Amino acid sequence: MHPAPSVIIFTTFSGLGFGLLAWMGLGIPDVGGMTLLAFFVIAYVLAAGGLLASTFHLGNKKNAIYAFSQWRTSWLSREGVAAVVTLLLFGLIALARVFMGADMAFSGVIGSVLALITVFTTSMIYTQLKTISRWSQPLTPILFLLHAIAGGALLAGEVKIAGVLLAALAVVMWLHWQQGDARAANRGTLGDATGLGHLGEVRMFESGHTGGNYVLDEMVYRVGRKHAQKLRMIALGAGAVLPAAILLLTPAGHATAFIALALHIAGAIVGRWLFFAEAEHVVGLYYGK
Amino acid sequence: MTALPSKTDKKLGLVIDLDTCVGCHGCVTACKGWNTQNYGAPLSDQDAYGADPSGTFLNRVFSYEAQQSGYASQTVHMPRSCLHCEDAPCVTVCPTGASYKREEDGIVLVNEDRCIGCGLCAWSCPYGARELDREAGVMKKCTLCVDRIYNENLPEEDRVPACVRTCPAGARHFGDLGDPDSDVSKLVADRGGFDLMPDLGTKPVNKYLPPRPKDQLDTAPLNTVADEPKGFLGWLDKALDKL
Repeated sequence: MHPAPSVIIFTTFSGLGFGLLAWMGLGIPDVGGMTLLAFFVIAYVLAAGGLLASTFHLGNKKNAIYAFSQWRTSWLSREGVAAVVTLLLFGLIALARVFMGADMAFSGVIGSVLALITVFTTSMIYTQLKTISRWSQPLTPILFLLHAIAGGALLAGEVKIAGVLLAALAVVMWLHWQQGDARAANRGTLGDATGLGHLGEVRMFESGHTGGNYVLDEMVYRVGRKHAQKLRMIALGAGAVLPAAILLLTPAGHATAFIALALHIAGAIVGRWLFFAEAEHVVGLYYGK
Repeated sequence: MTALPSKTDKKLGLVIDLDTCVGCHGCVTACKGWNTQNYGAPLSDQDAYGADPSGTFLNRVFSYEAQQSGYASQTVHMPRSCLHCEDAPCVTVCPTGASYKREEDGIVLVNEDRCIGCGLCAWSCPYGARELDREAGVMKKCTLCVDRIYNENLPEEDRVPACVRTCPAGARHFGDLGDPDSDVSKLVADRGGFDLMPDLGTKPVNKYLPPRPKDQLDTAPLNTVADEPKGFLGWLDKALDKL
C-alpha cells in the first residue's frame, strides 16, 4: 500500500495524543494549574493535529462534513465521530480542572474510555479490510492500542509503566509481523484470482494498461518490501526495545525519559511507514505481483 | 446511508465470456467515451500526449497465459470492471454515504456530491474496480451505464451498457442475474459461470464464463516428422547432404 505521509502522521500522532488523554482522564500525571494546561495543549496538538493531517490526502475536502454521517456502518466515520466527541469532552474536563480546580473524576474515566475507543476505531479502519490480509488480523487493534497507551504513558511521565508497556509492545510488534507474513503468504496466486488455475499455470501475458494508474500507485506499492527486515529491526529497536530498556533499567529522570520518547516516536514512525509500505493488497495478484 | 439493502429487486450485471473475448479493448474505449461525456465527472487523463500518460478507466482488459506442462499455452483475455457485488465492501466502508447500492436494481454507484476522495472504498475492493480521478478528486467506477439502460431517448437496442453494445465478439452480456429465467442466468447455468475470488465473501453479481476446453495437438508443430526418411524424401535428404 502507498504510505501516504498524511496517514502516517495521522495514525502515529493522533494515537499518541489520544493515548496521553487516556492517562490524563484518570488524573495522570497528578499536576494542576499551568502544568496541567500544558499537558492538555500537548495532547490536543497531537490528537487534533494528527486528525487534521489525515484530511490532506483527501481528493475532495469540501465534502468532509459528510464523513460524520455513516457511523452505523463505516469505521472511518465512527473514528471521526469518536475523535470529535472525545476532544469535546476533554475540552470541558480541561476547563473545569485547570480553571476551576474540579476533580472531574467520573467524566475523566468516561473520557479515557472514549480516547481508547477512538484509537480502536482508527485501527479498525485497517483491520476491517479483507483485501489486505496482513492487516485483517486480531493483533492489529492491539498493536494500535498498545502504541497509544505506551506512548501516552511515556508522555505522561509514568516511566516505569511506560517501560512495561513498551516491552509488551515489542512482543506484539513481533507477533504481528509473524502473523502478517503467514497471512500474506496465503493470499493466493494469479490462478486463484483469475479463476483460471484449472487451465494450468497462469502468468500475465499483457497488462490492461501500459501506463501507471491509481490502483498500481495506491495498492501495488512495493518499495517497502525490499528493506522490510532492516526496517523492522529499526522499528522494533527504536520504537520499543531500546526505550523499554532505558526506562526500566536506568534511574528515572527527565533526560532518560526524553531520550526514550524521542527513540519511541522515531521508531513508531518507521514502524507505521512499514505498516503501509509492506502491506500486500490482493489486487496485486491480477498484476502477477 | 451506506448500509447495504437487505435484498434488491433485480440484480443487474454483466456476464463476460472468456472463451469469446478476443482482447480488442473495444469495451475499454466505448466505456471511456460514454462515461467521460455522461454520468458525473469526466474520466480525466494526465499527460495524455506526453512521455508518461495515465488516466482513469472503469474497465480494463488483462491478458493471461495458462499452460499445463507439455502442452501449448492458452491465452485468455479478461476484462475487469466493477462486479456490483451483493455484499459490496466498498459501500459499507464509505464514511460519507457517497458509495451506495441501489435497492431497485443492485447497481453500485458513487454520489460525487458527497464523496471526499479518501480512497478507502478502493482499498476495500479486491478487484481494483475503483479509480480515484486525479482531476476531480472523486472516486470513479462502473455505473453499468445507468444513464443508458433506462434512457428512453435512445433506441431500444442501445439501452445496454456501452461495453456490451460495442463488443464485436459478442463476449459481453447484460441482464438480470437475480431472475433464474433470464437469458444471462441461463447462460451462466449452461456454461458454469464463476465468481472472481469468491473466498472474500463479496458475492459478485457479474459472472465470468470459463474458456471452453481446447483440443491439443499430440505433437508439437516443430517436431521431426521422421528420423530416417525413406523414398523420395530420403533421396532428397541424402542429395542435399552431399551438396
